Amino acid sequence: MRHINVTITNTVDESPSTRTFFFDKSFESAIPGQFVMVWIRGVDEIPMTLSYTNAITVQKVGDATSALFKLDVGDSLGIRGPFGNGFTLPQKDEKILLIAGGVGAAPLAPLAEHVANSGTWSNVTTILGARNVNELIFANRFFMTGEIHVTTDDGTQGRRGFVTDVLSEIDISEYDKIYTCGPEIMMARVFEILHKAGAHSKAEFSLHRYFKCAIGVCGACCMDPHGLRVCKDGPVFNGELLVDTEFGKYKRGASGIRGRV
Amino acid sequence: MVTLTGLKLKNPTILAAGIMGTTGASLVRMAKEGAGAVVTKSIGPEPKEGHHNPSMVQLECGFLNAMGLPNPSYEAFLQELEFAKNGCSVPVIASIFGGNADDFLKVADGLSPAKPDAFELNVSCPHAEGYGAMIGSDPYVVEEITRAVCDSVDVPVWVKLTPNVTDIVSIGEAAERGGADAVVAINTVRAMAIDIATGYPILGNRFGGLSGEAIKPIAVKCVYDLYAALDIPIIGVGGISKWQDAIEMMMAGASAVQIGSAVFDGTGVFGSIADGIDNYLDKNGHAGIKDIIGLAHEVI
Repeated sequence: MRHINVTITNTVDESPSTRTFFFDKSFESAIPGQFVMVWIRGVDEIPMTLSYTNAITVQKVGDATSALFKLDVGDSLGIRGPFGNGFTLPQKDEKILLIAGGVGAAPLAPLAEHVANSGTWSNVTTILGARNVNELIFANRFFMTGEIHVTTDDGTQGRRGFVTDVLSEIDISEYDKIYTCGPEIMMARVFEILHKAGAHSKAEFSLHRYFKCAIGVCGACCMDPHGLRVCKDGPVFNGELLVDTEFGKYKRGASGIRGRV
Repeated sequence: MVTLTGLKLKNPTILAAGIMGTTGASLVRMAKEGAGAVVTKSIGPEPKEGHHNPSMVQLECGFLNAMGLPNPSYEAFLQELEFAKNGCSVPVIASIFGGNADDFLKVADGLSPAKPDAFELNVSCPHAEGYGAMIGSDPYVVEEITRAVCDSVDVPVWVKLTPNVTDIVSIGEAAERGGADAVVAINTVRAMAIDIATGYPILGNRFGGLSGEAIKPIAVKCVYDLYAALDIPIIGVGGISKWQDAIEMMMAGASAVQIGSAVFDGTGVFGSIADGIDNYLDKNGHAGIKDIIGLAHEVI
């Protein structure tokens, strides 16, 4: 699959470090949680989840994302995908819990909307966390699809603390499926709580690793100890597949050297 | 079971270098999913992050890549190789590269504590400055490096050849003179693709190497020519995605095949090709692959 050319039609600043780029083309067949490879020509190509069928929401973290932030309406990008496995969509009337941290809200907001549009809106509960009020992403989209618990590290909105503080207090057994995306340290803590409660196999985690080929061939994003490819076997994994793995412990960078998550 | 350079392969399908070979765990997975032997990602003397993405894209006729020899260095890879050796019930071959004979020796020596079953010398990567095909297109350098490694290690040494030369046979002969136990042919074919919306070369490195379906006839011809000239076994690689391709490569002269890009279609490709080869041999009354290796040379 070659890249298709998309033109940026709009940009929205979601937080001081996070911006949504809307395209003139829509990826209607994409399942929430799948990713596309975004080619900033002449710079790099990076994996990004779709936050709308025609948009990506990007946090400025390195050279490639900084170059992306220099682009404006009318500029173009190359896109290939969608790739990988998205979230397992819930059955009608299932109660679902979403746990989103920071820009991890990007794949979960379209999932919330998908569920809300196909079932009864009261079935979606979201725990949305961020460092502070300015970094909360898509609070309104989650608010519109069901119940929402907001946490901020500094207490500038919602409860002061972490998403896991809320998770520890709610009745996990009420939910048929649980979906989470956010910093790996946060997801590892979520995993720990769910694992202890025996609920990890009804939970799905959206993982990040350094991708090279993005199509399941090169092996750069394989996880220990089963050799699962995050780009092709994931990026969304059932919690059962993450028991006793490198998840939450270490990850490999571009050269294959292990580093902290 | 197939014996190749003294190694006992579960079947004649081998995981090619650079595919699912960055971690010990992924190598074990490929062995469990049916590979008769596995080759690691090419490992060098220093950590390398490789080229910027896009580093691999699927084209209409195959795959184009320029990874840029990313690897954690032999020091960091040692634990991956140990994991692979502990978990694989098939031979594990360490692919190594360097800029000169000393580099190759350093890497081979550094990985030896993990006891790889063989070394494969990468003198054929088409897109890494100062490495790979830059040295693999010079028969004198290939002979020197091969001899140095063969003298220093006590396991078989395979030499992987580039097709991006005028005469691959002269390079194969150099490897044989240097003491190689087998040659592996071919690495990717130099290639390029351009984004017509903007004119940008697609790969981060601008150009790279082509693999997959399109290069199979090129590989078949290289294997055919090498078989006619060499006494050591030839391992055929390039565009093999089904059992028919493997049979064809063996008829050209390959004693075994390596499979790379076809992992895209599924990691079970090794088992299905190995089964297909067995069925073909049975159906045609052959006792084993020896009956068909180089058959194309005999029927005329």
